[in-house]
Amino acid sequence: MISLLRRDLTLALRAGGGFGLGLAFFLIVVILVPFGVGPEATVLSRIAPGILWVAALLAALLSLDRIFALDFEDGTLPLLATSPLPLEGVALIKGIAHWIITGLPLTLAAPALGFLLNLETSAYVWLLASLALGTPALSMIGTFGAALTVGLRRGGLLMSLLVLPLYVPTLIFGAEAVRRGALGLDATTPLLMLAGITLFSFALLPFAASSALRVNLR
Amino acid sequence: MIPDLGIYAVEVTSAYVLSISLLITILVLSLLRARKIRAQLLKVEASRLLNNV
Amino acid sequence: MSIWEYANPKKFITITTPLVPWILGLAIACLVVGLVWGFFLTPDDFRQGSTVKIIYLHVPAALMAINAWFMMLLASLIWLVRRHHVSALVARAAAPVGIVMTLITLITGAIWGQPMWGTWWAWDPRLTSFLILFLFYLGYIALWEAIEDPDTAADLTSVLCIVGSVFAVLSRYAVNFWNQGLHQGTSVPVVTGGRTISDVFFVPLVICMMGFGLLFFVLVLIRTQTEIRVRRMRAIQLRMRS
Repeated sequence: MISLLRRDLTLALRAGGGFGLGLAFFLIVVILVPFGVGPEATVLSRIAPGILWVAALLAALLSLDRIFALDFEDGTLPLLATSPLPLEGVALIKGIAHWIITGLPLTLAAPALGFLLNLETSAYVWLLASLALGTPALSMIGTFGAALTVGLRRGGLLMSLLVLPLYVPTLIFGAEAVRRGALGLDATTPLLMLAGITLFSFALLPFAASSALRVNLR
Repeated sequence: MIPDLGIYAVEVTSAYVLSISLLITILVLSLLRARKIRAQLLKVEASRLLNNV
Repeated sequence: MSIWEYANPKKFITITTPLVPWILGLAIACLVVGLVWGFFLTPDDFRQGSTVKIIYLHVPAALMAINAWFMMLLASLIWLVRRHHVSALVARAAAPVGIVMTLITLITGAIWGQPMWGTWWAWDPRLTSFLILFLFYLGYIALWEAIEDPDTAADLTSVLCIVGSVFAVLSRYAVNFWNQGLHQGTSVPVVTGGRTISDVFFVPLVICMMGFGLLFFVLVLIRTQTEIRVRRMRAIQLRMRS
């Protein structure tokens, strides 16, 4: 399992694209928003939690179809399916690898972008915490979506349609935690819910993802 | 016979018209497709009998 | 004699075909009676005026929109456990009907909301959940359409339906939470209004609910038959080509 994780990470780092692209996309979306809504600091700081979360979500979505597509094309995936490692474990590792490649850098970069949007100082802790707790769920849900559409030729667009509604609870609790943090309220409840969704996704979605993979490899 | 709908006449009538037309659309589409597919299946089965597959 | 006998596609068709016209007739009769009664013969509400009449469309459609999804979930589970093809096809047949019901709910809700709340759309928990339900239906149908092999499509959509149901319920609670965080008590929940209404409004409403339910049922029957025939045609054509 560890070697599979290491292999995925080195592949992603060498290929270059996936690692930097998500971050760059995140940066660009956040920069574009002030052009759209105007430069007033009060407006920006009000909508900053939502923008940061939506941008992080879209950036995570961007690299989802690469989770299985490359392995599917070069035949690694059937090999993995017949290996002693259960397919559930493969799905889990893929989700974790995707999180390390996109979710972790997004979380670390988010505070820097918070400055651009004039985020309240009290919200930074909550921004970091909510992204750190919530982005794993995004990766795992995305892995499930990628597993569903892996056999399709033009699966990318369909996958966004399937995955985005599943992102709704994560987005709501994540953005709500940051918003409460910005208002100086207690944000523990949404954070707990967020952690619950993440744990729940990691506990159950590998099974759903692996059954979808099995169907697609048939 | 037309009841007095008061100031909301447009809203109420449009809600009824839109909803009923949606219902009729899905019903008609389903029936048309059912008829088309049934005819096609009959044709295919007939040709199967002819070719003795 | 067990219920699984109806899972035989041929038997399904022979048994349901004579039923279809009767159920369809009953559904239309119920709808005509209920809607005409509701539209022409019920009094106006003293607060809502004549817009109260929209309830005869809105509530039954909402009911069926949710029930359709439940039925799809059930059919998907049956398909995954017992591999009855009819079950998978029933789920497929129900989805477009469900999406139409959701659409009717959203449209009538917006039309009712405009004069009552002064806005076509409010990010109220109920409205938002229905919008999310609409998105789930869209994704589900799109996945069915995208996959060519029928068994693969049935398997994948079943998995999606199950995961989607879990997340739809999660969204429902998340949305409740999110809206309370923003602004409380903006709207009158429509359904509790439905429960508290007097008999004058209630009887035609029940007739409409029956009408919508029967219509949904007969539409699913018709569409399932069509799907079975499509499947059979495909099988014959494949055999003839080889």
